[in-house]
Amino acid sequence: MNYIPQILFAIVLLLGIGYFAKNINKLVRNIKLGKKVDRTDKKGERWANMARIALGQQKMVVRPIAGFLHIIVYVGFIIINIEVLEIIIDGLFGTHRVFATLGLGAAYDILIGSFEILAFLVLVSVIVFWLRRNIIKLKRFFYPEMKGWPKNDGNIILYFEMVLMILFLTMNGADFTLQQMGADHYVQAGAFPVSQFLVPLFEGLNEGTLIIIERTAWWLHIIGILVFLNYLYFSKHLHILLAFPNTWFANLEPKGQFENLESVTKEVKLMMDPDADPFAAPAEGEMEEEPEKFGASDVMDLNQVQLLNAYTCTECGRCTSECPASQTGKKLSPRKIMMDTRDRLEEVGKNIDKNGKFEDDGKQLLDDYITREELWACTTCNACVEACPVSINPLSIIMDMRRYLVMEQSAAPTELNNMMGNVENNGAPWPYNQMDRLNWKNE
Amino acid sequence: MSETIQVPTMAEMMAAGKAPEVLFWVGCSGSFDDRAKKITKAFVKLLNKAKVDFAVLGTEESCTGDPAKRAGNEMLFQMQAMTNIEVLNGYEIKKIVTACPHCFNTIKNEYPSLGGTYEVVHHTQFLKSLLEDGRLTVEGGKFKGKRITFHDPCYLGRANDVYEAPRELIQKLDAELVEMKSCKKRGLCCGAGGAQMFKEPEKGNKDVNIERTEQAIETKPEIIAAGCPFCNTMLTDGVKGKDKEGVIEVMDVAELIANAEDL
Repeated sequence: MNYIPQILFAIVLLLGIGYFAKNINKLVRNIKLGKKVDRTDKKGERWANMARIALGQQKMVVRPIAGFLHIIVYVGFIIINIEVLEIIIDGLFGTHRVFATLGLGAAYDILIGSFEILAFLVLVSVIVFWLRRNIIKLKRFFYPEMKGWPKNDGNIILYFEMVLMILFLTMNGADFTLQQMGADHYVQAGAFPVSQFLVPLFEGLNEGTLIIIERTAWWLHIIGILVFLNYLYFSKHLHILLAFPNTWFANLEPKGQFENLESVTKEVKLMMDPDADPFAAPAEGEMEEEPEKFGASDVMDLNQVQLLNAYTCTECGRCTSECPASQTGKKLSPRKIMMDTRDRLEEVGKNIDKNGKFEDDGKQLLDDYITREELWACTTCNACVEACPVSINPLSIIMDMRRYLVMEQSAAPTELNNMMGNVENNGAPWPYNQMDRLNWKNE
Repeated sequence: MSETIQVPTMAEMMAAGKAPEVLFWVGCSGSFDDRAKKITKAFVKLLNKAKVDFAVLGTEESCTGDPAKRAGNEMLFQMQAMTNIEVLNGYEIKKIVTACPHCFNTIKNEYPSLGGTYEVVHHTQFLKSLLEDGRLTVEGGKFKGKRITFHDPCYLGRANDVYEAPRELIQKLDAELVEMKSCKKRGLCCGAGGAQMFKEPEKGNKDVNIERTEQAIETKPEIIAAGCPFCNTMLTDGVKGKDKEGVIEVMDVAELIANAEDL
């Protein structure tokens, strides 16, 4: 027996999975550059959210057309992976359609038959997706942040999926033809509701040619899957994996509840405590702590869930299309906030790869990626948070960056400084006297 | 305004050894903004009519800190919050009602971890409970058949999932409630939140309040109902901007109910 294909297969598989694992390690390391945040309470609710939003695609169907097509691709992706399992076993052990030989009988026919139907539906859906991006030109795919790589990335993913589905159907069609010819090694198994229509294409080809076609499709299909797997890390497509942890770690509090910074609470309590001695030296043996930086100017100031959010974003743009600032032509786009965060995080990660640790590169998330004009255009309305099908929160990043601008840089727009001065001095955002607060009663 | 309204303060209550059923948190807008003061009064009239035992903080009330927090000034927010919490806890306040969704959200969600835990309701929720308990009745006559569209305030709706209370009140008026193309969870902001109320908008091709007003006008309403003093201002400006003054009125839900009762 010839073991070369099996050895080759094992090497390809190891390389494919190994390189992917290496990049996932990098991804985890990069996420851990963020601040720790405790999001492990209410586990039941977290699992339920993950089941509902990620597994159940609940928020995808808010937009019915895209939602329906996405469910097809998603279900196809998951189910067809059972076939990948068979391919891997066949590849490693030199078997052919090993599940068929397990005596599954009709169940195997149903399995292969449904893979085929799904593969066909996936192909159709992916073509419609491509049309939406390239011919219909849906507005949300054409914001400034979608120029260049993000646009190509979106299309490359669709081409990948088209090619994989075509290879899968070609492989089955050739296999089915070979089965009918009674070719050696090709067990009579499976139902081929879609690829049977490819059979006429193979008419007149001899067994040898057909085997070459079947084997080529088989190899390209599995190699294609491994290449696609490794493409994920470099693309916007990580959501197929990260949507699950991302929905699990999502914020469970009411959307209007913004976190109260603990570092600030400490200072305010000290300020308001009449017994506190502002000049007190730190107690013996107690190290004087460096005051914590307020807010975020770079990715390391964000928390780990916010960084996970950035890797999870698949740039669908639902957030941006619901954003009141984006809708009225302002520069702010919540999707761009997520894309910038990820791009900067990747840049920081590469810096660490190169230098062993992060060396100051004179850049940061603020100004070099996200401009102040974008940050100040936000109305904190939570439309972006509500719109995200995988529970990403662009608003929390905007807020952390505003905090940095105001508390570390005193760089709020003048009118807001006036407003804050009024709150501080008069207890109202306008210059009215607090003693006049009840005047309305007698007006 | 000739008819007298009863607005006891907490200080007076305390002096008389009484504790009110609920504290009415008026808010800065409700205290100082000419348009919002009318909403405050309409709500007080309803409270008086329903014989609700309430009080206000009066000159002891101060900004919740919401605009400071959304602008990024956490320091100022927490100073405001802790000062207010000291006052509220000093009076042993248990329940708070407010006509401002920003105050509502801040006190309800952001005060607890700073030591201020209260039952906080929006005035539309409170009015709804008064109707349900039979303490207040409302005749729809005046608004019967009128087309009214309700604009969801972000900090009441999306932020806190309160969508039905204001709508139920409008339906009690026998009015025809019509929905805008984006409403409830997908309601479009009026443009005032996140401290935008206090600054000029960034450069764009339209103001947010105009966009929202256009959505409202599409429903051909006679009245745009609001539940937030800031939304009220933004939509009133929007209606003016679209030259629809005199055709479309912007009113708070409390004003609708008070008007129906000829208060």
